Amino acid sequence: MTIFIPSPLRLYAGGQDAVEVTAATVAEALEGLTQAHPDLRKHLFTPEGKLRSFVNLYLNDEDVRYLPAKEDTPVTSADQLSIIPSIAGGD
Amino acid sequence: MKTLRLPPTVYQQIRAHGEETYPNECCGALLGVSSPDGWLVQQAVPAGNTRTDSAHNRYNISPAELVKIEREARRLGMGIAGFYHSHPDHPAQWSPTDFAEAHWLGCSYVITSVVQGKSTLTNSFFLEGATEEDKRFEQESVQIEDDLIQHDQIGSAHS
Repeated sequence: MTIFIPSPLRLYAGGQDAVEVTAATVAEALEGLTQAHPDLRKHLFTPEGKLRSFVNLYLNDEDVRYLPAKEDTPVTSADQLSIIPSIAGGD
Repeated sequence: MKTLRLPPTVYQQIRAHGEETYPNECCGALLGVSSPDGWLVQQAVPAGNTRTDSAHNRYNISPAELVKIEREARRLGMGIAGFYHSHPDHPAQWSPTDFAEAHWLGCSYVITSVVQGKSTLTNSFFLEGATEEDKRFEQESVQIEDDLIQHDQIGSAHS
């Protein structure tokens, strides 16, 4: 499957905007990504290994957080996973 | 100091957006290409503010809309250079909330102060740092330059 890397993290993925991984679930895809590019790990996960709260994952057009199996959702080679840090603020 | 380069049309567009949504905050993404001394912006993409509970002093772009914006940027051979929002009747300075919610390291955060419905100062802050723990905002200069790179125009990414 294809994992799309947002601009702030491309530096830690060899400059690529997309990385191909072979995986059976979303969690396996993230594991494959961070094994191939270990510098990404601290940007995506807390020291305790949890996905950082501001990191959104979209499997195709679905927010992984709201999928019944969440990160254990099965994936195929045709799927696309987007990593999108949140954007918010105010005065 | 880094420099954010904007075509005049984009500069006017983001300031007009702040006036349209006044007294609420506007928000959107900036698409462009990077250079060693800062982003060269080509387009602004207005986004919806999902913080309808407190739109006068908060903004949030839905991640679903961001996914669409990033897909479009990739199709056009650009990246997300940063984001813009307005501060209605508040200075064009980043706030503690802006800083806490800023996670796009290496991107520009543009803030326009809108006073009594009119856009006044527009500032840009580059989110420096290598990790979430050492991030910091650094003010960058905003340079208005004619657009030298032509791309297909994309419309609002409102879903």
